[in-house]
Amino acid sequence: MSPLARRAGAAGQLLRRLTTGTATVFALLFAVVVAITVLNPSFAEPPSLMAFLRAAAPLVVLAIGQYMVIVSGEFDLSVGALVGAQVVVAARLIDGIESRTWPVIAIMLVLGVLVGVVNGLVTTLLRVPSFITTLGMQLVLFGAVRLWTGGAPTGALSDSFRQWGRLGIDMPVLRQLPYALLIALAIAALAAFLMRRPFGRTLIATGDNDTAAAYAGVRVWQVRTLAFVWSSVLATLAAVLIGGFAGVTAQVGQGLEFTAITAVVLGGVVLGGGRGTVTAAIAGALAYQAIQRLFTQLALPSTARPTLQGLIIIAAVAWAARGTSRATTSPPAGHEEDGATAGTSTPAAPSDMSPSTPTTDRLTAR
Amino acid sequence: MTRESKMKPTRILVASVLVLGLALAGCTTDDPADDPDTGADATDETTDDTAEDTADDDGDDAADAGDDADTTSDFFVQEDFERQLAQRDVEPEGDASTPWLQAIEPEMVDTSEFAAEGAQTLCFSNASVSNPWRVTGWITMQQQVEVYTESGDIGEFRVADAADDDNQQISDIQSFIDSGDCGAIIVSPSTTATLTPIVEAACESGVPVIVFDRGVNTDCMVTFIHPIGGYAYGADGAEFLVDNLEPGSTVLALRILPGVDVLEHRWGAAQEIFADSELEVLGDEFTGGDAAQIKDIVTQYLQRGDVDGIWMDAGDGSVAALEAFEDAGVDYPVMVGEDEMSFLRKWDETGITAIAPVYSNFQWRTPIEAAVRIWNGEEVPSEWVLPQEPINADELTAFLEANADMPSLHYAKFGGEDLPGFPEAWTDR
Repeated sequence: MSPLARRAGAAGQLLRRLTTGTATVFALLFAVVVAITVLNPSFAEPPSLMAFLRAAAPLVVLAIGQYMVIVSGEFDLSVGALVGAQVVVAARLIDGIESRTWPVIAIMLVLGVLVGVVNGLVTTLLRVPSFITTLGMQLVLFGAVRLWTGGAPTGALSDSFRQWGRLGIDMPVLRQLPYALLIALAIAALAAFLMRRPFGRTLIATGDNDTAAAYAGVRVWQVRTLAFVWSSVLATLAAVLIGGFAGVTAQVGQGLEFTAITAVVLGGVVLGGGRGTVTAAIAGALAYQAIQRLFTQLALPSTARPTLQGLIIIAAVAWAARGTSRATTSPPAGHEEDGATAGTSTPAAPSDMSPSTPTTDRLTAR
Repeated sequence: MTRESKMKPTRILVASVLVLGLALAGCTTDDPADDPDTGADATDETTDDTAEDTADDDGDDAADAGDDADTTSDFFVQEDFERQLAQRDVEPEGDASTPWLQAIEPEMVDTSEFAAEGAQTLCFSNASVSNPWRVTGWITMQQQVEVYTESGDIGEFRVADAADDDNQQISDIQSFIDSGDCGAIIVSPSTTATLTPIVEAACESGVPVIVFDRGVNTDCMVTFIHPIGGYAYGADGAEFLVDNLEPGSTVLALRILPGVDVLEHRWGAAQEIFADSELEVLGDEFTGGDAAQIKDIVTQYLQRGDVDGIWMDAGDGSVAALEAFEDAGVDYPVMVGEDEMSFLRKWDETGITAIAPVYSNFQWRTPIEAAVRIWNGEEVPSEWVLPQEPINADELTAFLEANADMPSLHYAKFGGEDLPGFPEAWTDR
């Protein structure tokens, strides 16, 4: 195949992908960013953009974790409480002492893995629906932190802990390249890579139809538990970024689970699993954050914002769903197999895991 | 198979919507807990009748406040605003070294009918300990109880925590009434209107009832204890900004939530004062008291232009607001914080021009003192208005030193320095 032909094929593929549900979120993101820039040209200046991305980074990280759980057919409602618990735990254990930073981050990661394993095993082996499991976990974490701190967080985070969410690499033009952005980019790249690997494909296959996946030899409980562990570990990293960005308050983390789920759904990822890409989920997170910015720019009355935000989200998801149903019904089956990736519109059939998709891999990995 | 695979997401979707709905409902009932302080509304409630009478005459004032006062018109009561502002200048009666025993313009009532011999059972129905302000006060109250347990006035201290749930608090108070053991019932109401009937029922049971912090729509209790209130709090900060900023300067207002009366009074008072000044209010933003949101919002405003002053309806996250200025590399604003230690320390470190309005945390001691006085048959004020003075720059060092060991979410005017267990009870929370 000549490079040119391959390129043409890739372009065709891209076009086809843009007609699917996930395109909506990119269009929305673009529209919102344009609107903000028109209202306030200074938004497009590099330092402002960096500030925007720094603030969006924790949500991006959370959305990636939530995406993994949602695409595997489950929910993780415990991430907000986990973020809160991790920040409070970190502040209490570090207590402003620099040398404790890394040991405490290690403890936080262990705690994150533990929460993910419990969420996963209770959901898969005990067959408790994941919204109940993780809602329960949310309450457990919330209560445990209350009990431990008596309701008021104590201690302080060290500067070397806070730098990841607050500082960056000083440079011209950008003024400062935030560490948070670099961390989010690294995680995004890792997630995008993983989703193209067998792990990602089994994850999507499990979410699409766990019975079929099980018949195909997937250990469903293992795959889903891993998804929960990813979500909790990424929530832990988000906690490092959020705590770093703004320090400790009693309210930290509140409601973040809904923000993360909203971001993922906004990205066209279907609740119930099996459909949606991680890039779209990331775009969902950015779009969510951008909508918030837009409202501040418009100086909308604060009381009207949740209503408008809700309408925008419902409209976007409804539009995307309309696109999805069209895309999945119209093209002939043979077309889909080599065209769409497992992550976009096609329900993952065993053929998706066959070696017939190397070009797709190369295209999307770029 | 296709049917099944289509069914499943739908079912999960429906279920998840239900669960999200449930959880969201949970969030809304949590709202009152989010405000760091409480209180202040009570004065308005007890004077409701007069307030309604004067509401018509207030037409002009409301119009003067301009468009930006729209959202507060439901909450703003001109008369209460004026009374609270005036009360700030009234010299409270009593010893200034024990502000929790002072009272502003008290009208004493006779309590001899409640006089009791020997150790009594004291019952306390608490709305919640769901924010650091309440946690600090709750510790102080327990230490105060210890004093009177040792002196033999209090035999047993029974506590019910309603966790911000009105229904729970109603049944808590009902079980206090039913038990018949309570020598006095202290109520810190979760919300005003909903708790009124049960407080009235408690009064009818013949037990002396003490209400503090937020109020109820009745005057059946023996005493109602609260600091001056939300209008005074909001005005302290707003007046400081007006005095310390050049005309034409810009001010950003950061608020926790809409619709909570105690917070609306603070903002209502600030709006009145800003409307009469030459300051430009850039906007008022709701932050949920979340530091990350506060910092993000302030950063956005700084990208669009100068912010010369920040007014906050509660000090939570005031440090995050200041950090936004640091990280953007611009000069600090003139700042309205609160007497929360994290803010006072930041104020000291940075040397900013600031004021810390205070919603007197020491009020948590007063109900215990009131109960003991009532059992002794001594007079108490029917409305016990406690002093409420902001911390100014000249007092900052003193409060920092006095609270040097206290955690960052502690409130400087907690007033428990002379109680047993100081300072461990407050430092090891």
